Amino acid sequence: MNELGFPILSFMMAVPMVGAAACLFSGASTARTIALIATLVDFALGILLWLSFDQGAGHAQWQFQEYAPIFGRFAWAMGIDGIALTLIALTVFLMPICILASWDSIEKRVGEYMAAFLFMETLMIGVFAAQDLFLFYIFFEAGLIPMYLIIGIWGGVNRIYASYKFFLYTLLGSVLMLIAMLWMAREAGSTDIPTLMAYNFDPQVQTWLWLAFFASFAVKMPMWPVHTWLPDAHVQAPTAGSVILAGVLLKMGGYGFIRFSLPMFPEASAQFAWLVFALSMVAVVYTSLVALVQSDMKKLIAYSSVAHMAIVTVGLFAFNQAGIEGAMMVMLGHGLVSGALFLCVGVIYDRLHTREIDRYGGLSINMPKYALLFMLFTMASVGLPGTSNFVGEFLSLMGVYEASSWVALVCTTGIILGAAYMLYLYRRICFGDQKNADAAAMPDLTARELVMLVPIGLSVLWMGVYPESFLSPMRGDVQALVARIAPAKPEGDAKLTAGKPQPAAAHGAHEGGHEGEEKHATAGEAH
Amino acid sequence: MTSIQLIVFLPLLAAIIAGLGNKALGKLPAKLVTTGALFVSCALSWPIFLSYVAGDAGPMVVPVLHWLSSGSFEAAWELRVDALTAVMLVVVTSVSALVHLYSWGYMEEEPDQPRFFAYLSLFTFAMLMLVTANNLLQMFFGWEGVGLASYLLIGFWFRKPSASAAAIKAFVVNRVGDLGFMLGIFGTYLVFDTISIPDILAAAPGMAGSTIGFLGYRFDTMTVLCLLLFIGACGKSAQLGLHTWLPDAMEGPTPVSALIHAATMVTAGVFMVCRLSPMFETSETALAVVTYVGAATCLFAATVGTTQNDIKRVIAYSTCSQLGYMFFAAGVGAYGAAMFHLFTHAFFKALLFLGAGSVIHAMHHEQDMRYYGALRKEIPITFWAMTAGTLAITGVGIPGTLFGFAGFFSKDSIIESAYAAGGPGTFAFLIGVTAALLTSFYSWRLVFLTFFGKARWAGSEHIQHAVHDAHGHGDHHDHPDEEDSGHHDSPSHAHVSAPVIGTAGYHPHESPLVMLIPLIVLSIGAVAAGYVFHHAFIDAEGGAEFWAPSTLAFDAHLMHASHEVPLWVKWSPFAVMATGLVIAYLAYLRNTDWPAKFTAHFHVLYDFLLNKWYFDELYDMLFVKPAFAIGRFFWKRGDEGTIDRFGPNGMAALVVAGGRVTRRLQSGYLYTYALVMLLGLAAAVTWAITVS
Repeated sequence: MNELGFPILSFMMAVPMVGAAACLFSGASTARTIALIATLVDFALGILLWLSFDQGAGHAQWQFQEYAPIFGRFAWAMGIDGIALTLIALTVFLMPICILASWDSIEKRVGEYMAAFLFMETLMIGVFAAQDLFLFYIFFEAGLIPMYLIIGIWGGVNRIYASYKFFLYTLLGSVLMLIAMLWMAREAGSTDIPTLMAYNFDPQVQTWLWLAFFASFAVKMPMWPVHTWLPDAHVQAPTAGSVILAGVLLKMGGYGFIRFSLPMFPEASAQFAWLVFALSMVAVVYTSLVALVQSDMKKLIAYSSVAHMAIVTVGLFAFNQAGIEGAMMVMLGHGLVSGALFLCVGVIYDRLHTREIDRYGGLSINMPKYALLFMLFTMASVGLPGTSNFVGEFLSLMGVYEASSWVALVCTTGIILGAAYMLYLYRRICFGDQKNADAAAMPDLTARELVMLVPIGLSVLWMGVYPESFLSPMRGDVQALVARIAPAKPEGDAKLTAGKPQPAAAHGAHEGGHEGEEKHATAGEAH
Repeated sequence: MTSIQLIVFLPLLAAIIAGLGNKALGKLPAKLVTTGALFVSCALSWPIFLSYVAGDAGPMVVPVLHWLSSGSFEAAWELRVDALTAVMLVVVTSVSALVHLYSWGYMEEEPDQPRFFAYLSLFTFAMLMLVTANNLLQMFFGWEGVGLASYLLIGFWFRKPSASAAAIKAFVVNRVGDLGFMLGIFGTYLVFDTISIPDILAAAPGMAGSTIGFLGYRFDTMTVLCLLLFIGACGKSAQLGLHTWLPDAMEGPTPVSALIHAATMVTAGVFMVCRLSPMFETSETALAVVTYVGAATCLFAATVGTTQNDIKRVIAYSTCSQLGYMFFAAGVGAYGAAMFHLFTHAFFKALLFLGAGSVIHAMHHEQDMRYYGALRKEIPITFWAMTAGTLAITGVGIPGTLFGFAGFFSKDSIIESAYAAGGPGTFAFLIGVTAALLTSFYSWRLVFLTFFGKARWAGSEHIQHAVHDAHGHGDHHDHPDEEDSGHHDSPSHAHVSAPVIGTAGYHPHESPLVMLIPLIVLSIGAVAAGYVFHHAFIDAEGGAEFWAPSTLAFDAHLMHASHEVPLWVKWSPFAVMATGLVIAYLAYLRNTDWPAKFTAHFHVLYDFLLNKWYFDELYDMLFVKPAFAIGRFFWKRGDEGTIDRFGPNGMAALVVAGGRVTRRLQSGYLYTYALVMLLGLAAAVTWAITVS
């Protein structure tokens, strides 16, 4: 079974499932408590999972594996590698915070709401832990249902339109993916994901399979131009729904690329890298500029998510260690930061019931704690070194620079535009004078809100200052992936030539060339 | 725990305590903690610096923590100390400690003091991380950290719309530079497979002459890398093109301007070029670009400085111009001179800013020099300090001897090195001398307008306000300490006739002791720093010895040559300095109607300079407005008008429309179905016949 003596992954999925069932049959306050306890238990199990995950040299790639045949080739196959581990950790970390965020703001059908969230958690863990192709598909698609309900029932004014748009958009791509999966299972004779990751499909077939998977993952990601469901879904979703959507659901697309597209279809991935790069470059510039002109806080952050996810996709298709690790770090960092930003929006939305940026202003005066935390998350979103997002953005852009300097240049403009729209947002909300009496009368963060935001803030700093904790579990798996795709790796555009041998007199009299050189030598030794 | 760790991390600790403690902690403890930490750091820094001056210390690297590794990419938190770091250590900690102290007095009435002091200490920490960086990533961390602190401090009075706008501008314009810096790091890693500074510098000469593909073209590798990094330097050091944020940054409190926007942060670019000087040495093109950009900035900022009326803006443009000197010094290979000017400039420019702050304090937050005058007798210590600063910045001294103020040693060395270097240096020499004339003019103009002539206080709204308050009900202030800059220098005010002469019954007071002590200490620096340290920084032999334990590519030949320049070259800075002084004297003390006549006569030129060459207007038209317009276009026409319209909404409409059509077909009449069947049958038969 595994090191712990009990099937921890199934257990982590069962706990919220049981909680969900209990919530359905209990009153509002009981449901809240049950949900909080269930998510906290899962968080504790997540910590246990992380601590008992073997990160040592030469560790097994797949750990905590479980296998129980169900019928035919279909089996309950679970197991995680370091990549899945970090994403599961992100999920179980964000869930209790989501429950707390919904504590007071959800008043109707609390039991059902909590049940939907807990069911969601089960499915999200399932996506990251599934080792059977069809099991993955079921979790991947079933995740749509609770989210659809959360937006459609507890959402804002225009929730029905948003929930249908969300559902249909994401389902459309998935149908193609299912067809591809059926073909793959028949061709390879297995539905076991690790087996498929090592299976060499005919490059010609890869093209079609890659495109089928791409249709699904690109929508989930979301990549330009299939991103328009995201702003609507975010705007209409309740705060906690936005947090989970931005924090975890968007990561499923990136996880899909890492788990399926790249290792299963390396040749096709190389062949279509230009497509991914082109769409991502458009996304960075386009959605950043759109974010700049938004007057709705949630829409602004939603558009910024699209821009950040584009950094993930370019990093993934850079075909090197830095790019893929960077992409993972952006996913984790963005999960925390955009989740926190949506919580920040939720905090003031709960007080004033509007998302109009112009209704706020001068919040630094009456909500200093809020202003401090919001500043931290704003700066993290901007990618300031020392915060989680910098590590990811830096690595993935550095990775893609090796592939193409053009892509790196265009995507790096994201750091300028990102600063512009985020600081402009911050200025309009927290700086300036207090314009409206009701906004000026808002109280600062409550204890509950602090409990939600402070842990995220600390994690953001932790990831920024000592990212090794998060990189080390996934390092081996990314290395394996890079080795797997290395034969297909496209050539970069740098094509560096060797330096010409330096004649001593090549420098002008004023440059003192070799004196300098001697000095570097000593400096180098000093290091 | 070695002393360097204390130096760097004490300010961080103090910032955290003061920042998180904030109001709960109280003003005095917050001030004590932060100022105390800085004085300790400063006291620990000087011995390190002096040990390098004495020549008995080598470079060392103190590891702190592992940071980031990915594949072959390695970056650690580590503190590098060498001669170059030591120079920056004393500059940063000394000015910062003095500015902390000065702020006790200057920010007296501010209710939000813990936040202010926390930001100041945070800035100092970030700056120290920058100067102790042993790899490019940590340098970038410091680089962005100082940017953050600068953003927070410019926007300290966040209620003022102009302050928060200036803060965003500073951050975003700096990010443009950071784009270059980041690409430079990516490229450097690609080429050298490491970002450790000593390793790169050791390998750099071997890459000279190689080529690299960049943006579809092939370029000289080292030129590309150096220029990308230099773009970063231009952003932080406000060089021409990316300078627009610096004058606006004067929205921050004056002590901030002294620390960040004069003495330390803005010199980070110069520091970077000097730190990586062996890399720049491998590309003549890059060095030429550095020279030209530096010279152009030097002249541009000096011309604008001559027309500004806001006391802080004059000094801001002066800073920009002096940074230009440092850059072209680096560009011609005189890195020692560049660092020396950085060093002396830190003292006299911090002095000028703090002096200006003292004047502003005395004049009840009035910043427009047209409402000053005759302050010499009212605030004598400030006057003498400002005079010392002005003597230093204008480079007063007797060529050929060692009698001179700080700027005399450093600036003359730069100008002479430029001449001695030849090539682009000759151009830089001419520009440098011209700019020295303008420097002397605007610096003395500032002194004469402020301290001499007749009192013109009566026209100032701030003074009227103060006098009214004194007569009325005492301490009624809206925002006691907020400075009010940039309101008076709009073109519409430019031709306003001479301000009202008179004191309006106002009595300026000299600043309190906590503000005067920093002025006095810095005055000593402005007077003596050049004489005391010129041997170590720029002397051909002394410099070679001093800079040996550092990454700075000191060029003893060039420094020798700079001492051997013709006599007219040596005297030219002196001559133009004297000329500028005389013009300022004649125009602002003897014939006070000259400036008005001049502006009336050359109003096009005057407006051009007063409006800072219209850079802000140009950028607004080229970048800011289009960004919003394009964003709106993408949103309304792109997302909503195209993707949604033809995507989900279009599909939905199509399904509805399709349903409507097919519903019509289900008419229920047998004869229609029969007809369709018949047609189908006919078609099928036709096909079967024609195919076979």
